[in-house]
Amino acid sequence: MNKIKTFKIGGIHPEKFKISSDVAIVNAPIPETVTIPVRQHIGAPAKILVAKGDKVKVGTLIADADGVISADVHSSVSGEVTKIEDLEVNTGYYEKMITIRVEGDEWEDKIDRSSDIIREISASPEEIIKTIEESGVVGMGGAGFPTPVKVRLPDGKKVDTLIVNGIECEPYLTADDRLMQEYAEQIVIGAKILNKALGIQKAIIAIDENKPNAIKSIREVTRRYVGVNIQVCTTKYPQGAEKQLISAITGREVPPGCLPVDVNCVVQNVGTIFAIYEAVQKHKPLFERIVTISGDGIINPSNLRVRIGTPASELIKQAGQKDEIGKIIFGGPMMGNAAINIDAPITKTTSGVLLLQPQSVFEPESSSCIRCATCVDVCPQGLEPFAITDFVRNGEYQEAKKIHVLDCIECGCCSYSCPARIPLLDYCKLAKYEIRKKK
Amino acid sequence: MLKVSTAPHFYSNIDTAHIMRDVIIALLPAGLAAIILFGLNALITIVTSVAGCVALEYICCRWWLKIKPTTGDFSAIVTGLLLAYNLPCNMPIWMNLIGCFAAIVITKIAFGGIGKNLFNPALVGRVFLFISFPVQMTSWVKPKLWDFFNTDVSTSATTLGILKHTDPSELDKIYQLLPSWSDMFIGNIGGSMGEVSALALLLGLFWLLYRRVISWHIPFYYVTTFCVLNFGFWLYTGNIIFEPTTQLLSGGLFLGAFFMATDYTTSPMSIKGKIIFAIGCGILTFVIRQYSSYPEGVSFAILIMNACVPLIDKTVKPRIFGTGRK
Repeated sequence: MNKIKTFKIGGIHPEKFKISSDVAIVNAPIPETVTIPVRQHIGAPAKILVAKGDKVKVGTLIADADGVISADVHSSVSGEVTKIEDLEVNTGYYEKMITIRVEGDEWEDKIDRSSDIIREISASPEEIIKTIEESGVVGMGGAGFPTPVKVRLPDGKKVDTLIVNGIECEPYLTADDRLMQEYAEQIVIGAKILNKALGIQKAIIAIDENKPNAIKSIREVTRRYVGVNIQVCTTKYPQGAEKQLISAITGREVPPGCLPVDVNCVVQNVGTIFAIYEAVQKHKPLFERIVTISGDGIINPSNLRVRIGTPASELIKQAGQKDEIGKIIFGGPMMGNAAINIDAPITKTTSGVLLLQPQSVFEPESSSCIRCATCVDVCPQGLEPFAITDFVRNGEYQEAKKIHVLDCIECGCCSYSCPARIPLLDYCKLAKYEIRKKK
Repeated sequence: MLKVSTAPHFYSNIDTAHIMRDVIIALLPAGLAAIILFGLNALITIVTSVAGCVALEYICCRWWLKIKPTTGDFSAIVTGLLLAYNLPCNMPIWMNLIGCFAAIVITKIAFGGIGKNLFNPALVGRVFLFISFPVQMTSWVKPKLWDFFNTDVSTSATTLGILKHTDPSELDKIYQLLPSWSDMFIGNIGGSMGEVSALALLLGLFWLLYRRVISWHIPFYYVTTFCVLNFGFWLYTGNIIFEPTTQLLSGGLFLGAFFMATDYTTSPMSIKGKIIFAIGCGILTFVIRQYSSYPEGVSFAILIMNACVPLIDKTVKPRIFGTGRK
């Protein structure tokens, strides 16, 4: 067994709450209507291809990628398009959404619905990338960066390592964990597919220490596949952040303003890898994903396979909600966002829905900075959140830029550990926003 | 009612009061040692000092700054304890309260309260009293070893005083006057109340490190720099005044290095900065102890380095991820 690795600068150890890691994935019931946002990724919203009254099947393309950084969107149900309008997504913003009334469950014919594992990779590299593109695959770890853009390397760039991100360092979330436990072989094949597309031989599946079952199942499979290895990493937040993970696995650091490809790496989340496997081997576009529904406000914390566009309220109904709820979080408690719209749809990037009881909702009251330097110690990017905060409070955004606020990865380690409860991350985000606005 | 807020939605349970509580716990062994060694006087001085600091902070916040009193974060208690530990046990109460005033009102509140002060409040309190009332501040009561005292109480009888004020050529006399290392270790010597027991201070240090209230850098580099300098000069000159073990165990070095130099507000933010700060403290302590007219240099050394902190923080930055390394 090789050495357990980790990133070198900063990091925190929040409580794990992985209460749903032993609960097998089950299908969430198909709701009566779904609302599918046409932008579930970073980049331009997709162009809508359907109109009110159109009939669609499961897997029908309903919106087409608009430009290079964009992604296709497919219908997750079969039925009739009833509305196309701006609705509130979980972030509180309004996005164009396609509402589909569900009728039956009829899938597109090309989709292979069997549970057989297809091991032979017959597609050529170019075909693989094209399929990924046509299947609307985006980074499913949370950022939602269109996968084809990552996989299609810019001229002159070379990649030697594919890192499969099986680190789920956010508390509560277990979707990736379950995926690795139950679909280990598919993930390894997915990694092989991406290796072929990238023209490289080396893939490393990184898993953090607190997932012994996932490590076991992935390790068993990797023994049978050449070129795919497993690397166990320390349980530490934010181990799963792209730059931190690359530094842990390869020792290379992505310079400020650069991309992983600049240090010859490509990082993909296991969920994305699984979607790639399904897209390439099973011709199945990305229209469903695993979502962890958990939190102390949930009676049965579980991992559900959810059709994109399903309202969160449906999942909450399925898992059972305790009497009083103080907060609903889309994503993890460290980086996710609190929603007020309980009917906001699950998107390609929603890894979890968390319900917190009122007593678990912490309302920090900030006091004076005591210069304890905890924020400096925990920042995985080596920034000085306290100094950024001082500049932002005085409106000196350019000064904040000089001390690298744009390198902030918004992991929240600083706000989490500040003993004076200063919302340091909010100040960093504000600085980034103001600096980018000026450009 | 659903609450919305920005991420993160979780917070560590360590807040300012939690940290200060840990510091107070770390300071307890030294206080206990002081009471065991110096009796009731020590207790009275500690209680006066703590009560004085808390009351002044409350009054200032309430009626001067007109903000919610910050006494709830226990930082005034820490200041009070540290100030008391820096005083001789038979300090008159009114002088003690003047020290509290210098510490809390002049050094802390006048600069804007917790986190804004440039200098360590307890140390300013101590130095203020030291300059104002040099006689009372250097009349050391000894727990047992009365024979070290001259009849004139104004003559210092701390270990460092003995080293400083005895003719170095009279080695026999010095050895006769010096307490044993074990006495120095447990605190059976003259000195400020909280500084005498190295054992109690070490227990406090271990607690601070165990609870991760402080990092090891400042105590380590401070003490090491100081010891290395003494050791070098001792080897070179053979003068007993540089003898490292005695220098290490006497005076306020441990109290200063473990509890005062590590004060969050008045020490640098980055690890590199902390190392520079600690080495500076070590060198200054050495220079003041050995070459100034004062036998002790810890408080001046730390205060001088406190003044350098903004400069250190401006120049020494942590390494940004992805830069400055191959």
